Amino acid sequence: MSRKPNAAADFSVTDEVVRFDGVSMRYGDGPQVLRDLDFMLKPGSFHFITGPSGAGKTTLLRLISLAARPSQGRLEVFGQDVSRLTPKTRPALRRRIGVVFQELLLLDHLSVFDNAALPLRISGRRAPNYRNDVAELLSWVGLGGRMDSMPETLAGGEKQRLAIARAVVNRPEILLADEPTGNVDHEMALRLFRLFVELNRLGATVLIATHDQDLVARSNRPTLHLDQGRMTVRPAPGQGAGLA
Amino acid sequence: MSAFDPARWRPAPLLPEGGGTAALLFVVATLCFLACLTAIGVVASDRAARGWIGQLGGEATVIVRPKRGETPDAAAARAAEALAGVAGVSEARALEPQKAYDLIRPWLGDVSDLEDLPVPRMVTVALDPKAPADAARLSQALKSQDVDASVDDHSLWIKDIRRAANLARALGAGVFLLIAGAAGAAVAFATQAGLAARRDVVEVLHLSGAEDSYVAGLFQRRFARMAALGGVAGAAIAAGIAATLRLAGGAQGLTPALPIAWSDLLVVIACPLIAALVAAVAARLTATALLRDME
Repeated sequence: MSRKPNAAADFSVTDEVVRFDGVSMRYGDGPQVLRDLDFMLKPGSFHFITGPSGAGKTTLLRLISLAARPSQGRLEVFGQDVSRLTPKTRPALRRRIGVVFQELLLLDHLSVFDNAALPLRISGRRAPNYRNDVAELLSWVGLGGRMDSMPETLAGGEKQRLAIARAVVNRPEILLADEPTGNVDHEMALRLFRLFVELNRLGATVLIATHDQDLVARSNRPTLHLDQGRMTVRPAPGQGAGLA
Repeated sequence: MSAFDPARWRPAPLLPEGGGTAALLFVVATLCFLACLTAIGVVASDRAARGWIGQLGGEATVIVRPKRGETPDAAAARAAEALAGVAGVSEARALEPQKAYDLIRPWLGDVSDLEDLPVPRMVTVALDPKAPADAARLSQALKSQDVDASVDDHSLWIKDIRRAANLARALGAGVFLLIAGAAGAAVAFATQAGLAARRDVVEVLHLSGAEDSYVAGLFQRRFARMAALGGVAGAAIAAGIAATLRLAGGAQGLTPALPIAWSDLLVVIACPLIAALVAAVAARLTATALLRDME
């Protein structure tokens, strides 16, 4: 069961955290990656993004994480038009968004602990106020014994867990993850998924791009399906899509 | 099991150590060394000039021409007497003929009948350092006693020395600005290279919510610290050389024209601070400009 989002009806809701209004995206003179997307995400919603490789999943996450700007249309994050953000206003919004990038983007000259603590450090918090939280989180994702290791010594799955820890450490209001369980075993994938669910339960809006159809099927969450830059919405079985 | 203790964790530097840091440190240290030597030279020459001006300004020379029928010695004695009572004069003394001959002998050589030459008699006048009499007042006093004489208060020499001292100061300031500019340019280049080399780090910092000012601050602190270190090294070497000159030549250094005092070495104290300031400003401005174009 699927439906095309109806923009005209959805935009009457005012408490969205993300809102796409006719958003298209292309990189330079390249082909169009996203085409005329109209949808919005309510606070506290949980969605998967699915679709074949090259469908635009990563680009969609890059747009929401403010790593790129739409080439057409209007995108609002936390009620602010991202095209109007300046170098002074953009960082404050980014600090409210946690992102697990597909390429992980770990800093190879920092230890596991320093990598995980990075968002807290940038937000200006003092080390004594957060180091125990970071240690607890790292233990939770199974990196308790690797806190002073360097990323290059970690296995693929460990790196992925570190990237997830860094993304969630400051309790973001929006959590975006691009294939977050691609390199971990099934048991760890479920454990990480529970972490996302827990953050969602605490109020975070969660958006996960994945190829893991088994995870999608078992999670009972609505899905945004992308194909050739166009989106369709597949509600969770037995409930609405959670997005307008 | 790792022995890592979160309670003892200290945040690591967010910028990785880049290549070329040692080379830049060497450049900054060398520039600071040159700046410190220049500063010591300017301070020493300035003090020398002040000393010469003090000496020259503290005395005047009067050349006395005897009246008809008057002996040169009598004319000189009369001039000295006339000047002794002038306000602003501490002492006026007629120069003995032998001393006058001694003064001109270097120009004329060892002439046997020097005494036959009509050498003018001179009066040396020591002036009150607090309120020295000027040439006009001395001339007036001589005129009132009907003494035919010319007064030289050394003002021409003093003017030349002042001009030379001002020139030395201006040259020193120019060299300092040049060195500061070179140091700033080196740091700006290093900042540019650092940003280009670790664009990935800057991207992660940005995506984690770091403002441009935060990232620029990282470069600013790194290069300020490095420049301060280079400043300490350069200043220490320059001070060491100046101290060696002072020890080797006593109070006058190696030459009376450039006397070095121990207090001159204090000028190098400011070097690390100024180097850090120049580097901080250069790194901040460069990083801010580049980051603005990066996103």
